[in-house]
Amino acid sequence: MTAKIQLIGVKKRFGPKVVLDGIDLTIEKGSSLVVIGGSGTGKSVMIKSVLGILTPDEGTILVDGQNVTHLRGAARDPVMKKFGMLFQGAALFDSLPVWENVAFGLIQGRGMARAKAREVAIQKLAKVGLSEDVAFLSPAELSGGMQKRVGLARAIAADPEIIFFDEPTTGLDPIMADVINELIVSTVKDVGATTLSITHDMASARKISDHIAMIYQGRIIWSGPTGQIDHSGNPYVDQFIHGRAQGPIKMAVKA
Amino acid sequence: MNILAGIGRAVLGLLADIGRLTAFTGRTLAACVSPPIYGRLIAIQILRIGYFSLPVVGLTAFFTGGALALQIYLGGNRYGAEAIVPQIVVLGITRELGPVIAGLMVAGRVAAAIAAEIGTMKVTEQIDALTTLATNPIKYLVVPRLIAAIVSMPILVAIADSIGVFGGYVVSTQSLGFTGSIYLKNTVDFATRQDIDSGLIKAAVFGFIIALMGCYNGFNSKGGAQGVGAATTAAVVSSSILILAANYLLTSILFHT
Repeated sequence: MTAKIQLIGVKKRFGPKVVLDGIDLTIEKGSSLVVIGGSGTGKSVMIKSVLGILTPDEGTILVDGQNVTHLRGAARDPVMKKFGMLFQGAALFDSLPVWENVAFGLIQGRGMARAKAREVAIQKLAKVGLSEDVAFLSPAELSGGMQKRVGLARAIAADPEIIFFDEPTTGLDPIMADVINELIVSTVKDVGATTLSITHDMASARKISDHIAMIYQGRIIWSGPTGQIDHSGNPYVDQFIHGRAQGPIKMAVKA
Repeated sequence: MNILAGIGRAVLGLLADIGRLTAFTGRTLAACVSPPIYGRLIAIQILRIGYFSLPVVGLTAFFTGGALALQIYLGGNRYGAEAIVPQIVVLGITRELGPVIAGLMVAGRVAAAIAAEIGTMKVTEQIDALTTLATNPIKYLVVPRLIAAIVSMPILVAIADSIGVFGGYVVSTQSLGFTGSIYLKNTVDFATRQDIDSGLIKAAVFGFIIALMGCYNGFNSKGGAQGVGAATTAAVVSSSILILAANYLLTSILFHT
């Protein structure tokens, strides 16, 4: 197995607040890693650092063995083309119809002709269970679950090697959450991608991952195969996965 | 001691803002001259920034021209110089009021709309989404708006100039007793190419200010609805002040006074 993504000693702080305090994480090619952790523990900052939206203060991020930590501008484009991402709020472009959202990376990023890109978009929408007539609606006309599906179709549109999922089930009812989980598993298998997800929904984490890592106070405190999460022997992990108010993790009220 | 700390914080904050704005402007200008340039988006923005501003700019120009004619007539009347109305109207409109009034109206309309749109995109992670789709947000969002505003504003001001002069003409011929043909002849004979060109140059600069401040404040909005509201206000206030300051500078440069 080779490492697809590797984070070595990644640190990031905003003013006096240390968010990432030396993250070490390896994601093998073809595997699905879910990082669990409470709100405000640095999960989103970690993903945004890998994506290059934020620059770490210290540490190294490798993608396919290439150091991408400080890669910016045009030099970053080839790396960005390996990525797809499903955002927490779907982050669909509300000025564009659904199909153009899905086809966006193909048209703008890869210069595909609009008519061709529209065909691909409609195929990808079918993969997430949406019919062709949805393609011409505006994102504002869709329910939260439908928006997540469109976001998923957009993330897989360009057949990325790596897909990030930011809280894929947050804000959905339990049934829709499970539908999205199943879609994630099936589409990821379909494109054969490596995935990195962040969530605090344990049902989702168990379903979409083969490995789990737990982040606490800006560090990875446990990681292992999903099957072992119930036998971690780590009191922090136990408290989190069982959702207990009592335990070593103290909730900070102020972000 | 606290007062000094407060002053220090304010000065540091101001310097940081100027630094950020300069860096943002630099990145935008670099993006303007490197491919890809999105022609389709520029066309859409010219429609939204230029074409849809026509009614509001036209109406304000008409009333400004009319009021200007009235004031010059009343002022000139004090020493028997009321015949100078057409000359001063065309001078005032083309050199100052046309570009400044159009600039301020478009700042209220367009800088606010740009800041609100981009600010909402920022807080709903749409700008991050652009990045993950291998699209440079500065190129996709800022450059088309900047180019569209720089192109649209001189056209808007040329139209505002005509309508403003027409407003003065209507008031002068209908209620001040001027003869139409003489009014027009005096206007055309008096106005020079430089009067008009200086106003159009100002308009292009104001367009740059409006789009830049709208985009900059949108990109830097934080938090939810409140942050977007604050960004919108900041965009309108800062672009209006910068327009008036730039207007003074440009007047003194263009007319060598």
